[in-house]
Amino acid sequence: MNVVVCVKQIPDPADPGQMDPETRTLKRDVKLILDESDSYGVEMGLQLVDAAGEGEVVLVSMVPNSEVGGLRTALAMGAGSAVLVSDEALAGSDALSTAKVLAAAIRRCEPDLVLTATESSDGYTGTVPVQIAELLDLPSVTFAKSIEVSGDTATVQRQTEDGYDVIECSLPCVVSVTAGVVEPRYPSFKGIMAAKNKPVDELDLAALGIDPATVGWTGARQEIVATAEAPAGEAGEIIHDEGDAHERILAFLDDLKIL
Amino acid sequence: MGISKIWIYGESTGGVVSTATLELLAKARTIGDTVEVVVHGDASAVAAELGEHGASTVLSVGELGDGLPGPRVASAMATAIDAGNGPDVLLFATSYDGRDVAGRLSAKIDAPVITNVVDLTVDGDRLLGVESIFGGSLDISTGFTGDGTAIFLVRPKSFAAESAGGAAAAVDSLEGGDLGNTGGSTVKDRFAEESTGPKLDEAAIVVSGGRGLGSAEHYELIETLAGLLKGAAGASRAVVDAGWVPYSYQVGQTGKVVKPAVYLACGISGATQHLVGMKGSANIIAINKDEEAPIFGVADLGIVGDLHKVVPKLIEALQARA
Repeated sequence: MNVVVCVKQIPDPADPGQMDPETRTLKRDVKLILDESDSYGVEMGLQLVDAAGEGEVVLVSMVPNSEVGGLRTALAMGAGSAVLVSDEALAGSDALSTAKVLAAAIRRCEPDLVLTATESSDGYTGTVPVQIAELLDLPSVTFAKSIEVSGDTATVQRQTEDGYDVIECSLPCVVSVTAGVVEPRYPSFKGIMAAKNKPVDELDLAALGIDPATVGWTGARQEIVATAEAPAGEAGEIIHDEGDAHERILAFLDDLKIL
Repeated sequence: MGISKIWIYGESTGGVVSTATLELLAKARTIGDTVEVVVHGDASAVAAELGEHGASTVLSVGELGDGLPGPRVASAMATAIDAGNGPDVLLFATSYDGRDVAGRLSAKIDAPVITNVVDLTVDGDRLLGVESIFGGSLDISTGFTGDGTAIFLVRPKSFAAESAGGAAAAVDSLEGGDLGNTGGSTVKDRFAEESTGPKLDEAAIVVSGGRGLGSAEHYELIETLAGLLKGAAGASRAVVDAGWVPYSYQVGQTGKVVKPAVYLACGISGATQHLVGMKGSANIIAINKDEEAPIFGVADLGIVGDLHKVVPKLIEALQARA
């Protein structure tokens, strides 16, 4: 079974982002890491390939600048190879353009199953998984808690407001994986060494037959027209616990007459 | 000429319209000349409530059977839009199904979506979506540059649902096309998890736990405290990603927006991701060991201390009162 896992390389969330005042988008000139949200899909894909006893996990990703740091992390976890669409023209791409590029790259892989996160940790639009499915004319299941594959059918537990639905979906299909539902493996030393030699197929937009004018800044059909500092709230009272902080909390709640 | 026609994707369970749908109606009726709601299932069961909240017409795509809403609803909307019968603006709530429909529709009609909207403002003939970024410290307003249907995904709790005293909406149908492969997902079973107490996004008091809990078994402290306060238990993303509690507990950018009367954050540092989901709470209490934690920047009462000492004492005191 061949599983494509879409992964995004993002600036380290522990290192807060900055907005470029000229382009009004997030600055991207920092080192990129694997979006932690994607590690669950990678783990899920590896488990499904293991269960099937054949096939491999192929990563699909896009960047403007050939960055592979985050891909190496997922390759070290056990993914077999990666397809990286890298083209300067991709900078500033919106979600739909992103989905078009990823869909074109995924089509070349002819996967049985496409896994994604529910949303990225830096853009969090959450629309790319279904946009990819629609562009590839595939069924989809979002917010998966678990996936089992049998023959040409995936059985997926889908998160709902008050529980979960069991969804059957014909393969190939696109499934977005909810964070926290599997424990992503840590790359072993052997895995890290092996990852250095795993194939990363780097493609530009021309190789995918995509007109650069339809993606990135030039292809974006939305614009930020204003930015405003949100009004800061009043500073609250900060106390150090001397063993009686719980009483202070109770008094606070009592004042609100909420208990 | 302004904005003439707005469509809202209407969600309901058992004939009861979702609060997020009513919130969108409350805003839409102040912006558009005509507001129509696109639903699946029994339109006549929701026509009165939707009309009361400002919808003139309910457009039904019919029964889904065991299919998922995404492909069916998007197909019907796209068919109308392609035929020139679509709206100027289409609003979706950021829900599981709302994102599915909006994403599918976006790809079908080749129109981008403005997401994570917390407010809508009129700018001449177009609508702008306001998004709150960097933990709510910066508001950005985004608009579409081209013609065509303007699609917005709006976060729940951005507007207050309020009756407009309108008459029941008219019911009409909206036909879609053949779904082809995209209709290949079917619902086989549904499971509701047992829950006691109020829902996370409706509770007057929310008690949330973060990484400071240290391990999964300590989450019980949060549930006990929430139970005693007759509130709901929530969690930060770190706790959900670690698998300690399900995704449905998550408060934040990824997760639920809550605006309770009291939000009690235990062992949560206050990453921007989390602040976006709770900073609208009327009163915020935070317990954290790190004096420098950003959560104290939004707290009305901040306790610099160990939650493992403070929370058990709080639980004990509340139990003594009961």
